[in-house]
Amino acid sequence: MKPPVFDYVAPTAVEEAVALLGEHDFDAKILAGGQSLMPLLNMRLARPSILIDVARIPDLDFIRVDDSAVSIGAMTRQRTLELSAEVRERLGLLHDVMHFIAHPQNRNQGTVGGSLVHADPAAELPAVAAALGATFRTLGPDGERDIAVDDFFVTYLTTSMEPAELLTEIRFPLLPARSGHSVQEVARRHGDYALAGVVATVTLDDAGRIGDSRIVMFGVGDRPMRAVDAEQSLLGETPGEPVFAAAALKSIEALDEPLSDVHATAQYRTDLARVLTRRALTEAAVRAAGQGSAQ
Amino acid sequence: MADLRKIRVTVNGEEHEAEIEPRLTLVDFLRGELGLTGTHVGCEHGVCGACTILWNGRSVRSCIMLAVQADGSELKTIEGVSSDGSLHPIQKAFIEEHGLQCGFCTPGFVMSVSELLEHSPDPSDDEIKDYLGGQICRCTGYQTIFGAVKSAARKVREAGESGAAGEGTD
Repeated sequence: MKPPVFDYVAPTAVEEAVALLGEHDFDAKILAGGQSLMPLLNMRLARPSILIDVARIPDLDFIRVDDSAVSIGAMTRQRTLELSAEVRERLGLLHDVMHFIAHPQNRNQGTVGGSLVHADPAAELPAVAAALGATFRTLGPDGERDIAVDDFFVTYLTTSMEPAELLTEIRFPLLPARSGHSVQEVARRHGDYALAGVVATVTLDDAGRIGDSRIVMFGVGDRPMRAVDAEQSLLGETPGEPVFAAAALKSIEALDEPLSDVHATAQYRTDLARVLTRRALTEAAVRAAGQGSAQ
Repeated sequence: MADLRKIRVTVNGEEHEAEIEPRLTLVDFLRGELGLTGTHVGCEHGVCGACTILWNGRSVRSCIMLAVQADGSELKTIEGVSSDGSLHPIQKAFIEEHGLQCGFCTPGFVMSVSELLEHSPDPSDDEIKDYLGGQICRCTGYQTIFGAVKSAARKVREAGESGAAGEGTD
């Protein structure tokens, strides 16, 4: 298994990368950390004529935290994010989810932006982006634009980005005070893609009732699957097992039939999604109750 | 064939310059161009960890990295682990604790563990499992490897070789 022949360029500025993309259109592929693209090349499932390596663009590697969000450059390595004490403190969900993504040896190379634009429906980061309401900033021939997460993931391995656009930055809004989060997943082995997983957040109001909640399931659809009706059903409720069990049951109504394959049937994945949603909401609510301030 | 590209890398402290095809993977460069065959080729899609090396101090899979991506980098392979003909404490621990049988996966394990101990000289059980999770061994059943890492950590601490302890790998 060796990669097919391709040309290679390593621009040092984003404008240069976008110009190259425009020149080569669908024949070009962006190389970031390569943890998904390189296996595809080795197996010759992808045959781009040119690779544009964006790892030498310093402007794409940063973590900035302000009062409302964590902004991350698309080329930032997952491991860098994982080791950031500031991110851990201000947006614990982004820190905690890293542990589920493959292995340290992959996270050392793999990038935040690369995982998001790859848009694998069983991947964790797209689900976290959906749960936090992230915004994606891209640069294309017509300039910059911001894409809301609900418009970003289209279907399997497909985003709403144009072929000549480059993802430059992802903005993850911080959770309000009295919020908690949880990531739950079941995989055959730790570090594998999930058979099914859930990212949930719960925000409590002053009376201790649920003021806001996000439920996003992954591995059970063609993109991160948000359960809006289930989220709505939680508003104003007092956190507790029966409330979360009912919301979990409602969550899986948001699913079309998940994939059946050699690893799990659609029925099994759906049932996992329900159980994991209940567990995620329960843990998120416990954490929210223990939180005086934003985490 | 695509145009050749010139790269310059430092491997185990030694500088190398080469003209290579862009599609050459880093592991094939190390083995084929530099003759460093201690780094093994296993699954060739980043799952088994046999090809793990250190890239600027971080453990990575060299089968899913292109040699051109490593241009300007500092690399360390299993050949650079021992010094002056004497084995590194990690290598000694693997032998003493029976952390290998056939040995095919061992170079990858040793490189991963060397990164782990560099930034975490007294790793918790969970940390060790997190690192070993990225390496596949079909002989040992992992328990003896786990024991070898515990023993290696003790050895490295005692030898005071972890001078950069706690400063992280970044």
